[in-house]
Amino acid sequence: MFGGERTDYPMNPSKTADLPEGGSGARGGGHARSAAWLSVLCMGLGQLYNRQYVKGALFLLAEALGIYFIVTRLSANLAGLITLGDTPAHLEKVGRLYKNVPGDHSIFMMIYGLVAFLFLALFIAFYILNVRDAYTVGRLREQGNAAPTVRETLRYASDKGFPYLMLSLPTVGVLFFTVLPILFMVLIAFTNYAAPDHIPPKNLVDWVGFATFKNLLTLKAWSHTFFGVLTWTVIWAILATITTYFGGIFVALLIEQHGIRFKAFWRTVFIIPYAIPQFISLLVMKNLLNDQFGPINQYLRWMGLGGLPWLNDPFWAKVTVLLVNMWIGIPVSMILVLGVLTSIPKDLYEAADIDGASSFRKFRAITLPFVLFQTTPVLIMQFAGNINNFNVIYLLTGGQPANGEYSFAGSTDLLVTWLYKLTLDNQRYNFASAVGIIIFIIIASFSIWNYRRSRSYKEEDMIQ
Amino acid sequence: MKSRRSLKLTLSYILLALIAIASVYPAIWIVMSSLKAGDSLYSETFIPRQLTLDHYKDLFLSHADKDLPYLSWYWNTLKIAVTSMVLGTIIQVLTAYAMSRFRFKGRQTAMTTVLILGMFPGFMSMIAIYLMLLQLNLLDSPWALVLVYTAGAALGMFVAKGFFDTIPRALEESALLDGAGHWKIFTAIILPLSRPIITYIALTTFTGAWVDFIFARLILRSRENWTLAVGLYEMVNTYSSTEFTLFAAGSVLVAIPITILYMFLQRFLVQGLTAGATKG
Repeated sequence: MFGGERTDYPMNPSKTADLPEGGSGARGGGHARSAAWLSVLCMGLGQLYNRQYVKGALFLLAEALGIYFIVTRLSANLAGLITLGDTPAHLEKVGRLYKNVPGDHSIFMMIYGLVAFLFLALFIAFYILNVRDAYTVGRLREQGNAAPTVRETLRYASDKGFPYLMLSLPTVGVLFFTVLPILFMVLIAFTNYAAPDHIPPKNLVDWVGFATFKNLLTLKAWSHTFFGVLTWTVIWAILATITTYFGGIFVALLIEQHGIRFKAFWRTVFIIPYAIPQFISLLVMKNLLNDQFGPINQYLRWMGLGGLPWLNDPFWAKVTVLLVNMWIGIPVSMILVLGVLTSIPKDLYEAADIDGASSFRKFRAITLPFVLFQTTPVLIMQFAGNINNFNVIYLLTGGQPANGEYSFAGSTDLLVTWLYKLTLDNQRYNFASAVGIIIFIIIASFSIWNYRRSRSYKEEDMIQ
Repeated sequence: MKSRRSLKLTLSYILLALIAIASVYPAIWIVMSSLKAGDSLYSETFIPRQLTLDHYKDLFLSHADKDLPYLSWYWNTLKIAVTSMVLGTIIQVLTAYAMSRFRFKGRQTAMTTVLILGMFPGFMSMIAIYLMLLQLNLLDSPWALVLVYTAGAALGMFVAKGFFDTIPRALEESALLDGAGHWKIFTAIILPLSRPIITYIALTTFTGAWVDFIFARLILRSRENWTLAVGLYEMVNTYSSTEFTLFAAGSVLVAIPITILYMFLQRFLVQGLTAGATKG
């Protein structure tokens, strides 16, 4: 598997498809330069100059269509992206009656503007491609070769272009259903799109720059909630990650101990929480922990210990979400750790046995370092995942119990569940999207840091 | 020494037994509740005095006093989950394969982009998707949901890419020398070797669609178009205190197929999880 990659590896188009370097200079009279400049002037001209008539005609057509759309549709949409509409809905006197005239819908204008922007970007990318193509083919001609025929071009495209072909459909999907929506939401953070005063079609929405972020961080009503929720999010993410991770190690070691029988049985039973769909188990837990009628409190009362306010007290609700998260998260960590345990060389333990090491010492000196080393990237990604752990909080407590000092958030709300409530229940879209951007910044910094320290990314080609 | 060892073992067994009880207790409790006569959450005994299958029957009968089209929810969910599974798996496998096996211009950028996109909270894009679907007149349609799930499927490609990275290149090189095209290599050599990872992706996309209620709740507006996840969530929020046993029966029927699939295909799940883990 190692050392199989040659530099002229046939599946490596990026190296072979580069512009031919060096070459024999201007033999044939600077075709490359002329073709490229012609293509800058108008798509397809360079190709025609290179005597690639079919390709040239297709590119000309693309230029014509592109210009047509830019002039007739895109420019208006792009302008809309900048102005976000000028005329609000208003009443107009028609004859004797006042009629409601719908105004500009800022939000739709923004979406159309973004779509137009994406198309424009694609068009520009294609334009650049066209110039480069004219240059490359011109270069070929300078070297005394004939320009590729249509058939050669197609064959070349199906060979070198194969990965692009494979990725075309996924790319379109991601572009329109992930990239576009995210761009849209990022833009929203810089507008005043929020209830009650700026909800189209009744009102217009305007750009406000960083005012939303400023309000979020400095305006008392918002900043108090924001920093409160942020603090709990961080505490939650740290505790949730640590408890499930070390819980997983503990359970895995418990099973893998010498002398424990029915290992497969224990493993299977412990995986059950992972196998049950999360939203079911969380909704079930919610009832299980019901203050008055739930069986857990019922048992506690039988034992003479009063029931606990599992979900209704701000402190206990936090304990509860952590406990329930352990129930859900430990099986995953256990599976991972069990995988690592089998990969630890047995002779290490044998050597330790000869030295008379205690089992605790063996754990400290061999097992733990191994497990930590192999699973740290996962640990950090789990931490990032817990910052965004929507399900556990939303399904179990819904952010409750209520907190009178917070705007639109409860005591157990994380930034993500707050974002969800701001969007769906309260229509404070600009604040929601500012919170989303802040979550992104937090997660991104963690991930970048994680990447820098884990080498697997850089060395991926070395496995081959 | 020996007695200390056996004490330790006994303690371990007690712990294992306790954890085992904690693991299965909620599942058994909900099954018991679904079989309990009456409709309340409260039960005097763990095993109900009177066992009944009425609640399961109730789910599939229509009622005048409450609007619970459980059967159509089940059918919607099945339809959406199966279609998303097929399409999503195809998209994800294609993406992962292209990213793993080819070195093309823009590859590194594409991978970084996928990573960065994954760092945004998934439903931050909710409103934009909602507005787009509204404009396309696709709201309240199960196919819109399939479209949303499928369009995002490519972003989960890292586990599969890690898997493809481990298939030796020599296999394709010899096929290339024999004159096989890229498509032929992919279908005849790579796909047959990829059964574990395809199973893993299919299973995770299926369950993803089966349990998602965030986008489902956003897109499916009318009650009879809901999926199980949305329906059950509403059921707990509106009826749980009064109709708990009905909710229990509904949950059991939702959880059973997934739980069986997971237990049955455990091996693939473990492989997928570990592949994703060691790749980072």
